[in-house]
Amino acid sequence: MDVRQPISANGGDWLTKFGDQWKTQTTQIKEKFRDKIEEICLPPDYPTDVPILFVKKEGILEVLNFLKSEPGFEYGFLADITATDEEEEPRFHVVYNLFSQVHKCRIRLKVRVRDGELVPSATAVWKGADWAEREVYDMFGIKFEGHPDLRRILMDNRWVGHPLRKDYPLRGYQVFTEPMPVDPDLLA
Amino acid sequence: MSKDGSVGFLTTRLEDFINWGRKNALWPLPFGTSCCGIEMMASLCSDYDMSRFGAEVVRFSPRQSDLLIVAGIINLKMAPVLKTVYDQMSDPKFVMSFGACASSGGIFNVYSVLQGIDTMIPVDVYVPGCPPAPEGVIHALLRLQEMVAKGETHSQRKLASLKHKTGN
Amino acid sequence: MEAQKSQLGLPEGYVVEHDPDDLWGDSRVIVNIGPTHPAMHGALRMVAKLNGETIEKSYCEFGYTHRAKEKLGENRTFHNFIVYTDRLNYCSALLNNVVYAMSVERLMGIEVPDRCVWLRMICCEMARIIDHLICIGINAVDLGAFSFFLYGFHQREEAYTLIEKLCGARLTTSYARIGGMMADAPEGWEKDLKIWIAKTRTVIDEMDNLLTNNKIWKKRTVGVGVFDKEKCLQYSYSGPNARAAGIDIDLRRDQPCLFYKDVEFDVPIAQNGDVFDRYMVRLAEIRQSLNILSQCADKMKKGPIWTEDKRVRIPDKDVVYNTMEGMIHHFKFFMTGFDVPAGEAYTQFEAANGELGFYIVSKGSPRAHRMRIRGPSVWHFQGISPMVQGEKLADMVAALGSINIIAGELDR
Repeated sequence: MDVRQPISANGGDWLTKFGDQWKTQTTQIKEKFRDKIEEICLPPDYPTDVPILFVKKEGILEVLNFLKSEPGFEYGFLADITATDEEEEPRFHVVYNLFSQVHKCRIRLKVRVRDGELVPSATAVWKGADWAEREVYDMFGIKFEGHPDLRRILMDNRWVGHPLRKDYPLRGYQVFTEPMPVDPDLLA
Repeated sequence: MSKDGSVGFLTTRLEDFINWGRKNALWPLPFGTSCCGIEMMASLCSDYDMSRFGAEVVRFSPRQSDLLIVAGIINLKMAPVLKTVYDQMSDPKFVMSFGACASSGGIFNVYSVLQGIDTMIPVDVYVPGCPPAPEGVIHALLRLQEMVAKGETHSQRKLASLKHKTGN
Repeated sequence: MEAQKSQLGLPEGYVVEHDPDDLWGDSRVIVNIGPTHPAMHGALRMVAKLNGETIEKSYCEFGYTHRAKEKLGENRTFHNFIVYTDRLNYCSALLNNVVYAMSVERLMGIEVPDRCVWLRMICCEMARIIDHLICIGINAVDLGAFSFFLYGFHQREEAYTLIEKLCGARLTTSYARIGGMMADAPEGWEKDLKIWIAKTRTVIDEMDNLLTNNKIWKKRTVGVGVFDKEKCLQYSYSGPNARAAGIDIDLRRDQPCLFYKDVEFDVPIAQNGDVFDRYMVRLAEIRQSLNILSQCADKMKKGPIWTEDKRVRIPDKDVVYNTMEGMIHHFKFFMTGFDVPAGEAYTQFEAANGELGFYIVSKGSPRAHRMRIRGPSVWHFQGISPMVQGEKLADMVAALGSINIIAGELDR
């Protein structure tokens, strides 16, 4: 992707607007969290629209808290938590998209995990991360440590398999004859 | 019923009268799940009024309605719910499959979508379109009314065959 | 329990340990407000523990209209996927198409000509108006004000006529293309648009007169379903729901794209974050969108609507039918699709509901590697359980209608 070209129809030219800010922010983060950051990818060297920080899963909560509350960063709006299935080891990337409502700029964090590894849950930082992480678990099978209530959200409770994995077919059916029952333990 | 199997003159006339009453006073149960639900709302609203044809009393309870309009996608998670609602309705009941997703799964040939509600419940009228234009819906409703008048719907045929078997 | 035991006349030594019907020993009841319910917008499920009429605790379930669009995004070419984006927020289908086209163009680095941008802005604002009309209309129907909805819905039908002239379909439009639009607006369409704008202004004033100062409406909506600024930030609320709580963010103004810098509009903000405020914010936004629409219709000039980038330009029909190269190009475009260069981008826009985003990861093939749709309804639906805790059941109905949950976007 050629982000060097100014794309006037889409948010203006983020590289000229936020390029220096991103550079100072990423150098600051790298100094503070030296060993927890694996890699930092900045546009235009890497084909992306915002900087991507590859964070180790042990340090993700610290980095999220820092980004949320530190003046100068203030990435207080969690836009999205999702995951991608790369077909090489480590298999999954958990992606956090953040938006700063004060400085109006965005950033992305990624955590690389293998199949079966646990990722610390971001519900400690934002309560709204709850359902997004449930969806990541439902679709990919990535479990989150410290999540209050990790169960399936989009698919039926009795579904077997995780649909958005690359080895799951597009048309794998599982038929149910009874509707999903009410679970009174959730209301205890 | 007489010895040669034909029903008498008065009973046929009575059947016709009852079917006339049924077709002009259909009580729909809108089972709207997705985009077709909006078009169903459009055909029930003031611009394309379905209540001109008698289908005004929209009851959301299966015990109180006789026309099940399945508008929208039916999932594998929603399918048992649809079956429960269909079973709770009392005979004679009619089913209109509204839109491409309900009739055949539509453009979604994926792991979570039921490829047509007729795999589960008997359907009387299919309305094609994604979503169908309200003119199409009204055409389907009129066709359904014709079927009810002649006794051709699945439910009426089942009732007729039961009556035939019990010699009633 | 002891008194009951003696009344039952049970033999000595019979131990009644636990009454299976008595879950909490008092008058609490679990109510399943199931997937097929008129007050649930689409197929949503809420299970509530009620103490009389007060909701003590509840949990919500969805997924009853899950259509696997994200998986389909990995199996269909980028052009084919436009059809699926209509069915996301189906009350404002034009807007979803435009955001998707913008996101793929961002990955490819394509610029579209001016007239296309103005047309896209017109589509977005029209979609926003008709979405808000449905949202406040259905909210009113849930609370009993039926004719309010009918006024708004008639304007929506008039808008459908306009959209049908533009692209042939009423609801699921598939109008935007990657690099342009499906077809240009026909002659005289802008004049019809201006007539519609004038009529909608009077209808909105009528609707306003019906409900805003109505004592019953105020009693049912003021102070109901309050979600203040703190909670909105915790649950990532955006759009009119967040603006009703006092968060002053509008992506059209703060992250400008298309030509929003060249039109003047205000962003309505309220303070309390209850149902009444959300209704007022949406009503004011309809008026602002009508202003934007009339400015766009004035500023739009004649010109091409397709980019000249050879990768995405769908050849014109006379070229396809009369030249060999045109036919081959057409065939290859629609059968295999065009390659999108490797990279990733998260493109977002201020949809009628909130922040609609597409996070697309491409590995250089004609199909996406990951097509993630960030629908605002998911994040808004998450807040309904904390919002109605301690409120009455009837207030839950009002609150659910006001946060504008569309099942297509929720379940994708």
